[in-house]
Amino acid sequence: MEIVVLLKQVPATESMIAVAGDGVSIKSDGLKYVINPYDELAVEEALVIREAQGGTVTIVSVGPAKAAEAIRTGLAMGADKGVLIDPGDLALDGLNTAKLLAAALKAMPHDLIVAGHRAVDDDNFQVATAVAELLGIPNISMVVKQTIAGGKIRCVCTVEGGTREVEAPLPALIAAQRGLNNPRYASLPGIMKAKKKPLETKKVADLGLNAADLQPKVRIKALKTPAERKGGRVIAGDSVQAKAAALAKALHEEAKVI
Amino acid sequence: MTQNILVVAEQAQSAFRKVTFEALSAGRQLAGALGGAVEAVVMGSGVEASAAQLAAYGAAKIYVADDGALADAATEAYTRVLAQVIEAAKPAVVLLGATTQGKDLAARLSARLDAALAGDCVAVKAEGGQVTATRPMYGGKILAEVTLSGSPVIVSIRPNTQTASQAAGAGAVEKVAVQVGDVATKVVAQQLDAGKVDLTEADVIVTGGRGMGCPDYSAVEALAAALGGAVGASRSAVDEGWRPASDQVGQTGKTVSPNLYVACGVSGAIQHLAGMSSSKVIVAINKDPEAPIMAKADYAIVGDLFEVLPVLTAEIKKIKG
Ligand SMILES: Cc1cc2nc3c(=O)[nH]c(=O)nc-3n(C[C@@H](O)[C@H](O)[C@H](O)COP(=O)(O)OP(=O)(O)OC[C@H]3O[C@@H](n4cnc5c(N)ncnc54)[C@H](O)[C@@H]3O)c2cc1C
Ligand SMILES: Cc1cc2nc3c(=O)[nH]c(=O)nc-3n(C[C@H](O)[C@H](O)[C@H](O)COP(=O)(O)OP(=O)(O)OC[C@H]3O[C@@H](n4cnc5c(N)ncnc54)[C@H](O)[C@@H]3O)c2cc1C
Repeated sequence: MEIVVLLKQVPATESMIAVAGDGVSIKSDGLKYVINPYDELAVEEALVIREAQGGTVTIVSVGPAKAAEAIRTGLAMGADKGVLIDPGDLALDGLNTAKLLAAALKAMPHDLIVAGHRAVDDDNFQVATAVAELLGIPNISMVVKQTIAGGKIRCVCTVEGGTREVEAPLPALIAAQRGLNNPRYASLPGIMKAKKKPLETKKVADLGLNAADLQPKVRIKALKTPAERKGGRVIAGDSVQAKAAALAKALHEEAKVI
Repeated sequence: MTQNILVVAEQAQSAFRKVTFEALSAGRQLAGALGGAVEAVVMGSGVEASAAQLAAYGAAKIYVADDGALADAATEAYTRVLAQVIEAAKPAVVLLGATTQGKDLAARLSARLDAALAGDCVAVKAEGGQVTATRPMYGGKILAEVTLSGSPVIVSIRPNTQTASQAAGAGAVEKVAVQVGDVATKVVAQQLDAGKVDLTEADVIVTGGRGMGCPDYSAVEALAAALGGAVGASRSAVDEGWRPASDQVGQTGKTVSPNLYVACGVSGAIQHLAGMSSSKVIVAINKDPEAPIMAKADYAIVGDLFEVLPVLTAEIKKIKG
């Protein structure tokens, strides 16, 4: 089974994010970068499937040279090889990111593509599903469990108010949701081995595309930090009873939410 | 191309989701700014009778794709039908609710039509013909204003961020001849909790964190029931196995914007705040006055949640009568 993981490097979730001087990007100095948490689930699931079915796990990422670190972490977890697509100074919107990934995937074998359901930096919920459409293959989103048999993948997915079981023939793309697994840590021997695993870098031209094909249709006009929430009031009172009554009253009469 | 807005309606268990009415309301304002009309499309099986409800929120025309092949909402089938409707209706903007289905559909559609997509937006407007959307990034730590070019452009709207308001529309129903073809993806089973309000759509959320200390959430559940709300959890509570992952609020869980968010025994880690800081009113109940959540809450009670919650629930029941 040829499994490809779509992986993005993102700032760690505990990062404080500040807008840079240009007003359209963030200050990246001092930020710690990690594998997008959902893509970590994707790597883990790919490894579990490989352990059961045999095959190869390839990690593909679109990003700057620095994103190679995230691919290496995935290799240290146990993936076999990596491909970094470096867009140079092109500003990519989600659809163009998907176009680069789809172009790379067309040139490599893939029975199953495993992605995250969203990247926690740009939060656009677009790239994985768009890749499936560009490749003309089925996609299953929000996956919390999967089984493969007879050339088909069957997944349990979360939907509002419950779950749903969906089946699709391979090749297919699935997108991981929390609950799918608990990603393993990269072991020390894993980290040593990862250094020798193949990691290839491709440029846009290597994929048969050029800047004219990749004009963004979504452009960032301005980034702002939302107004900081100010603490309100600590409800005073001599007893729990008094505090609870005062809170209920405030919610009813002042905030008017009940 | 027209200057119209096409709202993709979504149903759950035979009723329109609230976000459909919110999107129609946002669509009316957008249509006003662009000089077009708001139209809607309903896809599914046995949906025709309900279509007229969309007129009450201003839909001038309602495309109805009613076919047994659309019963189980597979994104692939919906994408094909939607692309067909868009080709005929030629809208300038396609609006969807940023639900599980809406996000998937929007992404597939963007690739199929080679169209701009801004996902999970909290505001959308048009000025001088240019559509601009505001979307939270980095788990809400940043708000991005993005411009979308080309036609149509696609915007998905985060539930609970727009006010749904009625305004009668002509509501002319136009049936669409559905050509679904073979669909590879099949929904084989579904388990839905009929009474459960999803966190993303709930008006009130009561969340229990690690301070709950055990899987017994009855104190939180009782308050949620009194308020007509849903129960949420912090990641720690999910990691403890006390609550399902689908209850998790935060940067790697659900992003919610209820009118009232009550955090009980939640410290307010940055990843948790990311998921709920756009709530209209935040209440924190925590025994530690220094917990970070206390500095974000509109109202805070310093105390033991097991003492506070039952009394608060009783007080709220009194008010609600
Ligand atoms: C320098 C720079 C300039 C940018 N300029 C623009 C711009 O002009 N307009 C604009 O709209 N956006 C811009 N962006 C952001 C844009 O490129 C987003 O990364 C894009 O919208 C993808 O959406 P997402 O990251 O939210 O992914 P989602 O769609 O939320 O991600 C879902 C899943 O897709 C996969 N995936 C996503 N991204 C990648 C990736 N890069 N490599 C491999 N797999 C991936 C992962 O599995 C992920 O879990 C810019 C970003 C940078 C760094
Ligand atoms: C990659 C990543 C992603 C993450 N994503 C998320 C996410 O999506 N959502 C999320 O929530 N977290 C997330 N986290 C975890 C986050 O960092 C915190 O660890 C977590 O939110 C803490 O949960 P908590 O507030 O319930 O627990 P704690 O931080 O342990 O806080 C418990 C609180 O309960 C109070 N308390 C205890 N007993 C009582 C009592 N009897 N009465 C009243 N108060 C009491 C304590 O004073 C304390 O403030 C993420 C972390 C990482 C690394």
